Amino acid sequence: MAEFRTPDQDSARFRRRVVVAALFVLVCFGLLAARFYYLQVKRHDYYLTRAEDNRIALLPTVPKRGTIVDRNGVVLARNYAAYTLEITPSRAGDVEATIDGLSEIIAIEPRDRRRFRKILEESRNFDSVPIRTRLSDEEVARFVAQRYRFPGVEVQARLFRDYPLGATASHIIGYIGRINQRDVDRIEERGDTANYRGSEYIGKAGLEQSYEAELHGQTGFEQVEVNAGGRAVRALSRAPAVPGSDLELTLDIELQKVAEAAFGKRRGALVAIDPETGGVLALVSTPTFDPNLFVDGISTQDWKELNDSPDHPLLNRAIFSAYPPGSTFKPFMALAGLTTGKRTLGYAMADPGYFNFGGHRFMDDRVGGHGMVDIHKSIVVSCNTFYYQLANDLGIDAIASFMGPLGFGARTGIDLPGEAEGVLPSPEWKKKRFRKAELQRWYGGETISVGIGQGYNAYTPVQLANALAAVVSDGRLFRPHLVRNVLDAHGVKRPVAPEPLRTIALNPAHVAAVRSAMVDVNKSGTGARAFRGAPYEAGGKTGTAQVFSLKGGKYVEGRVSERLRDHSWFIAYAPADKPKIALAVLVENGGFGAQSAAPIARRVIDYHLLKSRADQPADEDADAVESDE
Amino acid sequence: MSDYSVHVLEVARRLLRALDPVLLLVLLTLMGYALVIMGSASPERLDSQLLHGTIALLSMWVVAATPPQRLLGMALPLYLLGTVLLVGVDLFGEVSKGARRWLDIGVTRIQPSELMKIAMPMMLAWFFQQREGRIGLREFIVAGLMLVVPVGLILVQPDLGTSVLVAAAGFYVIFFAGLSWKLIVPVALVGIVGIGSIVAFGDTICQPDVDWKVMREYQKHRVCTLLDPTQDPLGKGFHIIQSTIAIGSGGISGKGWQNGTQTHLSFLPERHTDFIFAVLSEEFGLVGTLVLLATYLLLLVRGFQIALMAPTLGTRLLAGAITMIFFTYAFVNMGMVSGILPVVGVPLPFISYGGTALVTLCLGVGILMSIHRSRTAKQP
Repeated sequence: MAEFRTPDQDSARFRRRVVVAALFVLVCFGLLAARFYYLQVKRHDYYLTRAEDNRIALLPTVPKRGTIVDRNGVVLARNYAAYTLEITPSRAGDVEATIDGLSEIIAIEPRDRRRFRKILEESRNFDSVPIRTRLSDEEVARFVAQRYRFPGVEVQARLFRDYPLGATASHIIGYIGRINQRDVDRIEERGDTANYRGSEYIGKAGLEQSYEAELHGQTGFEQVEVNAGGRAVRALSRAPAVPGSDLELTLDIELQKVAEAAFGKRRGALVAIDPETGGVLALVSTPTFDPNLFVDGISTQDWKELNDSPDHPLLNRAIFSAYPPGSTFKPFMALAGLTTGKRTLGYAMADPGYFNFGGHRFMDDRVGGHGMVDIHKSIVVSCNTFYYQLANDLGIDAIASFMGPLGFGARTGIDLPGEAEGVLPSPEWKKKRFRKAELQRWYGGETISVGIGQGYNAYTPVQLANALAAVVSDGRLFRPHLVRNVLDAHGVKRPVAPEPLRTIALNPAHVAAVRSAMVDVNKSGTGARAFRGAPYEAGGKTGTAQVFSLKGGKYVEGRVSERLRDHSWFIAYAPADKPKIALAVLVENGGFGAQSAAPIARRVIDYHLLKSRADQPADEDADAVESDE
Repeated sequence: MSDYSVHVLEVARRLLRALDPVLLLVLLTLMGYALVIMGSASPERLDSQLLHGTIALLSMWVVAATPPQRLLGMALPLYLLGTVLLVGVDLFGEVSKGARRWLDIGVTRIQPSELMKIAMPMMLAWFFQQREGRIGLREFIVAGLMLVVPVGLILVQPDLGTSVLVAAAGFYVIFFAGLSWKLIVPVALVGIVGIGSIVAFGDTICQPDVDWKVMREYQKHRVCTLLDPTQDPLGKGFHIIQSTIAIGSGGISGKGWQNGTQTHLSFLPERHTDFIFAVLSEEFGLVGTLVLLATYLLLLVRGFQIALMAPTLGTRLLAGAITMIFFTYAFVNMGMVSGILPVVGVPLPFISYGGTALVTLCLGVGILMSIHRSRTAKQP
């Protein structure tokens, strides 16, 4: 058969095949050599960079957050070191199984798991996420002994924020919380991303938020060599972190405690300002909350409780809630009348007990009126008719242009986030506020209500306190502030200078007249009962903000349900000749101002001037609120 | 001198003559190179690597001292034993890493597919030798069947890497035996077109819901990863990306012994076994890789030389096939580590850590030496 070959032919054919195979080998090896040349010579720079990127990591060192102390050095916010148990999901494998295993040696509550899952959703896979915080030494020891069972789980020493006074002054201090997506966006907008690498917490409310830039500090960086597992093998270079600045407040935390205690269980707000500097001495909003709840990520239940409560404990009423000022507006109206020349110090009018305007009869609260009333008496007895007439004579534009410079209806610029503007009513405001043409028109009758602090008037307690402080400090209007000094990490003290925003031109004689009337309010007028026996002279003015208008009927406190009762106001300053404190107190649904707000003011002033505390708690004042007959 | 000592000297001379100096030199160079690299990649394995090397060299020596015809005579029993064991593995084998590859024979665990790497070319070489002068289409068909059965058994374990190597070993014998180009060319064309279309349509066929039917999920992954390693950089593609970075970052002269960052910071997977070539490339650079390539080339040249001088058809085919097996190991491993071939489990010959593969390879060298000695014995 032709296909069979001789051994010689076979041998020749084999030799040819070997040549083919050898050529194939050469081609393949040539291909490899070309590939190596491409990788190691042509693209060497690229791959070297990739290898360096693999190898070198910039690890942020998070700066120590600044502390917050009150004017006397009492610590309000501080840091403490604690151990946390953290899981890196990318290295742990089955996260659920890991947590189950961990729970056999360390107590892990369902709450911890929920928080873990929440944080996990917001973080990247190779971030380490805490499953337990504040481990005891014993728990740390137990875990370390069994660490080999848990890859990707580590104990870390971390700094935690602590608010040692708990709920006291919580609206001022605020709190920090974990950085969420919204914070990330904001940080990006500020161009601060690099400084927040590694930071897990950010100020979310209060001073913690408004002084975030100062408190946070400068993130340091450590250049380290890492292995494939992301673990640092050795340090290459480092730039240390600069700790955040400490804040020293104008706040007197003891005064704050007195003020908060004076509120008892009632809802309300108090702002006490040093008229000489604009420094805030106390700023209360009740009810309060415990900021420590937020630090680790608040539990759903706690959050629900705080957020759904009808008392709105998270709301800072002192700067965010605007209320009609009621009769506390009258001293300012009196000054407006005197300053514009519409009233003189010798002016007096007969009060019939009502004021007729456009077919409507505006009533005084005293049937038959107060008789002959001048500026002084109008404040002491809080005569409505006098101010109906004055408002009508001034007109809304004159009222608005006098009150505006005193800070009414504008943010005071206090160094806390979330301040409200309030409403200084005027025809312009109404045009902006309403859409419909018929609602945009200003009616003369509305001016009359504004004159006694009702109607569209709405001011925050801080506005009222600050306006009063301006009046009793020769017209100097300050930007109220809580921080007195910022102390940076190098020990440099940066004081917050008490620069007045503006000085309002007031005739000293006019101011003296109004102030003497306010002193008499506390001697013989509506504040007399609260200030009986005070060893100092204090100026004051009560006020009642209408919550509910009773058409036709007369307002009888006991008949209206508690939530619809009027808000009680009191503004005061002391000592009368050289005021060291000016304050505004609001008690929500507290009824007539003299009854519930004035006693709070008395306690605060007593403590500030005399360092004396009331022996009994304020609960008896609260009884009226609790009972709902 | 006593008769006894004369006898010992004679035996020693015979044993020494059994060793081909060129092959021995190449082998010792490679194994020395391996120890240097292992000293960086995994120093704690140096001792056992030395032990493996010693065992492998002794086995090689024994084989080298055995006449080639005696070796070929063992082909059929080895082949049959291997096939039976492979059936046993498929039925009763131990599962490890998702594949059934090991057989527990009481004393120890053995991997019969490893035996086939040598038994297969021996069997086919022996078969063609038996049919010398009568080799026709029928012989090639029979050889094809003898090749397909064990390869199939290994493929279902599943072990793609080993089945490729065994198939290649058998194919080389058939190729050297003179299989018509009319049959080789179409098969090669089908292969090129097949691979070409896989590369061209890689995006669609690599979708997770596409079932490849002929390949296991992990094999599909290996092919798809090769097509686009960046698809899943922390998963399957991680190996190739990191080994490419290691090779590329080595540059011309390398980062220096024990200074490879990819190696020592654990970015490189399997750094002492299948990916040891990347360690070498990273630390010794292009110079180191070309030295290795040249050494392999020397081994292959000597292998072809021995094949061309081999006395009989069987030894000729066997020598040619074994040489090409060495080439295949080297090419497939370096190709996969540098990212031009899919990741299949093929070690870098004489370098990668692992006793079984080293012994198998050295047995191959022993066979080459045995064949070479039988030729020199004929023409003193």
